[in-house]
Amino acid sequence: MDFTFTDDQLTFREAVSRFLMTEAAPERLREIWDTDTGRSPELRKNIAEQGLTALSVPEDCGGLGMDDVAWALMTQELGYYALPDSLADAAYVAAGLITALPAGTASREEWLARIAEGSIRIAVGHPVNPLVADANPANLLLLADGDAVHAVPREQVEVEANPSIDLSRRLARVRWTPATATLIADGETGRALWAQTLNRGVLSAAGQLLGLAQRMLDLSVDYVAQRKQFGKPIGSFQAVKHHLADVATKIEFAKPVLYRAAYALAHGEAGADARVSHAKLACGEAAWLAARHGIQVHGAMGYTWEVDLQMFMKRAWALDASWGDRGFHKARVANAILVEGAALGPGQTFEE
Amino acid sequence: MDLAYTPRQKAFREEVRAWLAANLPREPLASYDTREGFEQHREWERKLFDARLSMVIWPEALGGRGCDLIEWLIFEEEYYGAGAPMRVNQNGQLLLGPTLIEFGTEAQKARFLPRMASSEDMWAQGWSEPNAGSDMAAITSKAILSADGTHYVVNGQKTWSTRASFADWLFGLFRSDPGSSRHHGLSYLAVPLDAPGVTIRPIQALNGKQAFAEIFFDDVKVPVENRIGDEGQGWHVAMATAGFERGLLLRSPARFQYTARKLVELYKANREVADRDPSIRDAVIEAWTGTEAYALSAYHTVGRLAKGARIGAEASTNKIYWSELDLKMHETAMRILGPFAELTGDAPEAVEAARWLDGFLFAQAGPIYAGTNEIQRNIIAERMLGLPK
Ligand SMILES: Cc1cc2nc3c(=O)[nH]c(=O)nc-3n(C[C@H](O)[C@H](O)[C@H](O)COP(=O)(O)OP(=O)(O)OC[C@H]3O[C@@H](n4cnc5c(N)ncnc54)[C@H](O)[C@@H]3O)c2cc1C
Repeated sequence: MDFTFTDDQLTFREAVSRFLMTEAAPERLREIWDTDTGRSPELRKNIAEQGLTALSVPEDCGGLGMDDVAWALMTQELGYYALPDSLADAAYVAAGLITALPAGTASREEWLARIAEGSIRIAVGHPVNPLVADANPANLLLLADGDAVHAVPREQVEVEANPSIDLSRRLARVRWTPATATLIADGETGRALWAQTLNRGVLSAAGQLLGLAQRMLDLSVDYVAQRKQFGKPIGSFQAVKHHLADVATKIEFAKPVLYRAAYALAHGEAGADARVSHAKLACGEAAWLAARHGIQVHGAMGYTWEVDLQMFMKRAWALDASWGDRGFHKARVANAILVEGAALGPGQTFEE
Repeated sequence: MDLAYTPRQKAFREEVRAWLAANLPREPLASYDTREGFEQHREWERKLFDARLSMVIWPEALGGRGCDLIEWLIFEEEYYGAGAPMRVNQNGQLLLGPTLIEFGTEAQKARFLPRMASSEDMWAQGWSEPNAGSDMAAITSKAILSADGTHYVVNGQKTWSTRASFADWLFGLFRSDPGSSRHHGLSYLAVPLDAPGVTIRPIQALNGKQAFAEIFFDDVKVPVENRIGDEGQGWHVAMATAGFERGLLLRSPARFQYTARKLVELYKANREVADRDPSIRDAVIEAWTGTEAYALSAYHTVGRLAKGARIGAEASTNKIYWSELDLKMHETAMRILGPFAELTGDAPEAVEAARWLDGFLFAQAGPIYAGTNEIQRNIIAERMLGLPK
């Protein structure tokens, strides 16, 4: 029993963090927010050069075969820097779905290879999300028709943009007609793929929310340490301290929940749904509180476009209800614990 | 990350489970806030000790079993999962014990630890004074070294000392340098509570029981070998004790997970009434998510400790977390029980309501003892986040 990360995993996280620190610095974020597409081909190219697009592609398809546990760390970094790119959707969520297709399915190997080299953008239209993120710049869309999974080229769908408060999240209503040519899985297989994809999407959102919470806390700590009122830094006032201490506490207790969920998913545990939903709830609440208290301790400054905090708050608000809102996730937890014979209480935290 | 228990860990779980099944008291013990219950608990703890299940993480030479922290968590899961009695000697075993292991002399360890593990000696904690609560550095009780250097002469008063009415020993902080102030010049002493000059006055807690006491010292002679750590270094030693108290050991997750399980059962049995207020269902779900998060955090911390990390100021997040969680769960139970929630154990119709009421009353103290949650928030802000004083 060892519920910690390996040194390799932690070192990798460090490296990703250093890379994003410059590639997705707040100034870069603002520039990309201001563009029409909200996407930077140059950024995507650099990401691909770092090998980040290849992370969860299986090794025999040119990737690194990284599992959900490692993604729990990765997505935190993507959140921390509010990366203005749908990397997680393509390289983790979509890659997972495509990898799970039987080998030999038309185009499977080709798509995986293209994900690995970063030359394809894939948008995922899971039924739980009414609007599809990044549908417009995508080359390929994975769409649901009941249980069936369709892989639809961008040319074959109609896309209507629905601007989000987060300018680097490009949402769209997608209209399309299912055709046999685009069908890649259906029936029981399709249902299982969508179920797994849902959990990956949720975990990805949860990890990003946790990273965002930490970023908002860090920005707030920096701000209150330098902003002076009544002749002292406002960070020396207790009301301000307690706001931020509460955020730190929420983050502290959301982290291991995220990690446990990732492990449950990676190992196909029976209780994975509830674990993943728990992670989304815990990380969402941490981010929500970090935003609320973050803006409060920034004063009027926090209500401006100028301060960096706003970009992270907006991403947090946007992600909180994506991949299922709180009611959805509470219901999944309730399904696991409020039923007859549920295994809960001491000694049930890990599966035997 | 490998979340499978090792064969050794599984075997240990089986052993503890089997032992508890065979040895758990058939009748619930009386409250340890009464003399009778206190002695019943002492007897139970002796039994645990004889099975080497009292202090599983202590070395065998000290009456323990040399378990690692994962095994300790497993023990706690089995212990509280079986509904076994609360531990009565926590102040000694969980606070002073680790302090002695770190700062005590070999002679002190040999003298105090095995008797503590078997609960032959029950310990009370003597930090708070009437004018030194959150501001513990304001301690004025004095311990002055005799001219021949053999003993301290202790004068002053301690208060809120848990179970001191029945305990055998007290550990506490005293001002040994009369000219000193704040956290300088304090020494950490072990004082026998039957020493001449010690007077104990029980204080009735919210539940009407003698949960704590004030203690008066009138020229009490304490041998110098009872000092733990160096002369004048008491604050430093006490801070280590406080770390144990807030951190991992005092409140293992299992106890709260047991409460959460009971709460889910209570909710299911009263669903018709409870569901009239949808926020109750939410709170029940949060009992599970909250206690799981706490357990996961403990396993995560234990893993990091095994890799050489040390617990820092984040121990304070633990204190806030478990105390608020416990309070919330008991509040929820009270809401589910509705008009029956107010019934005491004597009420014929109380059934299990009285147990929740007891827990509810005790939960009120969680955000106060072991350093109030406001103080913990200050610590988090200053030491974990680095905000200015
Ligand atoms: C059930 C129980 C058992 C206990 N057992 C023991 C024991 O065994 N041994 C022992 O020594 N003590 C014990 N205590 C005492 C406990 O440690 C103190 O009650 C606690 O440290 C708070 O001190 P106080 O009660 O004097 O409150 P005060 O310090 O007077 O505080 C009152 C309120 O003011 C707030 N406050 C004070 N200072 C600040 C500040 N700087 N910033 C923000 N808020 C502040 C507090 O948070 C609290 O809300 C016990 C208490 C309880 C309730």
